[in-house]
Amino acid sequence: MTDQTNHDVLLEMKDVKKHFPVKQSVFERVAGESQKAVRAVDGVSFHINRGEVLGLAGESGSGKTTIGRLALRLLDATDGQVILDGVVLNDLSAEELRRTRKRMQVIFQDPMASLNPRMTIGEGVGHGYKIHLNSDPAAVRRAVLEIMEKVGLTPADVLYDKYPHQLSGGQRQRAVIARALITRPDLIVADEPIAMADVSVRVLLLDLMKQLKEEFNLTYLFITHDLATAKYICDRIGVMYLGKLVEIGDLRDIYGNPRHPYTQALLAAVPVPDPTLRTDDPPIRGEIPNAINPPSGCRFHTRCPIAADICSQEEPVLREVDGEPGHFAACHLRTGDYKHLDPENQDATEAPPQ
Amino acid sequence: MASERELLMHLENLSVNYRTRRGWVSAVDDVTMDIYKGEVLGLVGESGSGKSTLGKALMRLNPRSARVTGKLMFLGEDLMTYSNAQMRRIRGDRISMVFQDPMTSLNPIQRIVNHITETIRTHQPQTPESEAVNRAKELVDVLGISDNRLDDYPHQLSGGMRQRIMIALGLALNADLIIADEATTSLDVIVEAQFMALLKDLCREFNLTILLITHNIGLVAQLADRVAVMYAGRLAEVGPVETIFKDPQHPYTRGLLGAVPTILLDDHEELYRMEGSPPDLIAPPPGCRFHPRCKHAMDVCKIETPVFKPIENGNATSCWLYDDIPAEFTGELLVSAQEVVGT
Repeated sequence: MTDQTNHDVLLEMKDVKKHFPVKQSVFERVAGESQKAVRAVDGVSFHINRGEVLGLAGESGSGKTTIGRLALRLLDATDGQVILDGVVLNDLSAEELRRTRKRMQVIFQDPMASLNPRMTIGEGVGHGYKIHLNSDPAAVRRAVLEIMEKVGLTPADVLYDKYPHQLSGGQRQRAVIARALITRPDLIVADEPIAMADVSVRVLLLDLMKQLKEEFNLTYLFITHDLATAKYICDRIGVMYLGKLVEIGDLRDIYGNPRHPYTQALLAAVPVPDPTLRTDDPPIRGEIPNAINPPSGCRFHTRCPIAADICSQEEPVLREVDGEPGHFAACHLRTGDYKHLDPENQDATEAPPQ
Repeated sequence: MASERELLMHLENLSVNYRTRRGWVSAVDDVTMDIYKGEVLGLVGESGSGKSTLGKALMRLNPRSARVTGKLMFLGEDLMTYSNAQMRRIRGDRISMVFQDPMTSLNPIQRIVNHITETIRTHQPQTPESEAVNRAKELVDVLGISDNRLDDYPHQLSGGMRQRIMIALGLALNADLIIADEATTSLDVIVEAQFMALLKDLCREFNLTILLITHNIGLVAQLADRVAVMYAGRLAEVGPVETIFKDPQHPYTRGLLGAVPTILLDDHEELYRMEGSPPDLIAPPPGCRFHPRCKHAMDVCKIETPVFKPIENGNATSCWLYDDIPAEFTGELLVSAQEVVGT
């Protein structure tokens, strides 16, 4: 759990973009309208160190799931580079990519949709092993039983022959985790892995993921909309808004000293399970805008409580927060050149809008 | 604090069993509970705890495969004795429901305004169309939607707006009780917070009575006046929200609340780990249904069902830890539960 001194980077995203073209109608084509695209991910850079858990948070439509799929090259990036352990994934041929796949695995939200209903748990968990490592049936079975024990799917020899519908929700997600681990990957992309699980089962799954991370020396990209869950498992957090990374930093910096107004809004919106800590503060207005036509300048300016004129004109870049190495935020007023416009920095004659 | 609380609804020994191919599912078992006027009652539980089934039972909306028994006293009358025609006058008019997913609850080929006017005019046919339209305008105004959106179709609205339209439908007839079944689950966290703030305002302004069915513990802590915790079809604990959170008594309530991650969590703070998962309700465990997962389980818990009754701190709970254990389970005469169940 201690800070690792050798900060070697496992995954790096370099100015990655993913634009999904929008289908044009005949009329639009005849009228010569330019091709529109959903800019799901629009220039995102970050890295994950080996052995680290990086959380990606944001509302739906922020692009966090697309990032996860780009990291695994389940989607091809429109622009930019995805680098896994020094290898640029964008350049790999299909065959090279296939061989690299065993090093990166994924855990999705819905285990029922992830497991083949016609395969037994044992077959499903062992599928990747058979393809990537060893197709000998006895070896597959041995490996499957071993990994099932590790993830707490016991008695493993009984559950081996069960079908997904015969298991509880928590057991199914354990099977998905086992299937991901059996190829001994370096990187696991976990996309809302506990969102479907019952409250009492969530902690067990999170603790299991923590424990397996130590045991198998894993690195997680943990995608979630729930900042409370993220705080429990992540080392660093990145916050996304409309295809952009707006803030990234250590757990302590993000929760203790969030700088971007969006991060602050997101944190303030999480309902605290304590009736003595009720808030009457109205949250920020509006909903996440359309990614086909994102707002100019800072994409958050339409909902931002402190937005100034500059925010609609110029796009802010990620800049390091003073005195907090590794903590970056993209806000003109907080980390950019317009700090004098930040209500926080002005004399507290009036109550600053929160 | 309301000292003279006016009773709106009283459930007595309410049970719901579903017939399935594998047998009878005991979805709600022997629930006795009050709902008072003007309160927000949070009903929490995991999936399969029976909270949605209970919510539907209050409007007698359970499917035909369900056998519902017990009493549903609503303003002094037992709804269980009502005919279908009588129930139709209760539904929507007196008790209304806000569902989880607005996209499946709203008609995609009907304009928003027609949803609201149709609701009003079905229940109050004497209302002229123009007046219904005016009421619709007032309603969406209260909910912070400009009335030029009334002519839109559901898909043209954002998720948050659609959910507010669902609330508008719930409010349209000034129902005495609004049942909100996971009404915020499909919303993003910021929109959910907006919706929560709106609901708080509405409660203050219109003195609404809301049964808030949810698995979101944070939401209940923020909104509810009282909380009812369900486990495996039964009530585990009911009490004022402060007491439930500060001084929970039932081991399940404690475990559930201790298992919720919060953003106030300290670094490396551990959460409570409740082993196991909720039981299959076709063959629920005998005795207390929570006993296979309970750290405090005693012999009596495996055989005898604990009675749901008030305890010292003002809550009510069903747990043998707070009740007199029958003589045969105390002292020397210890019978192994396995033996008894086995016979």
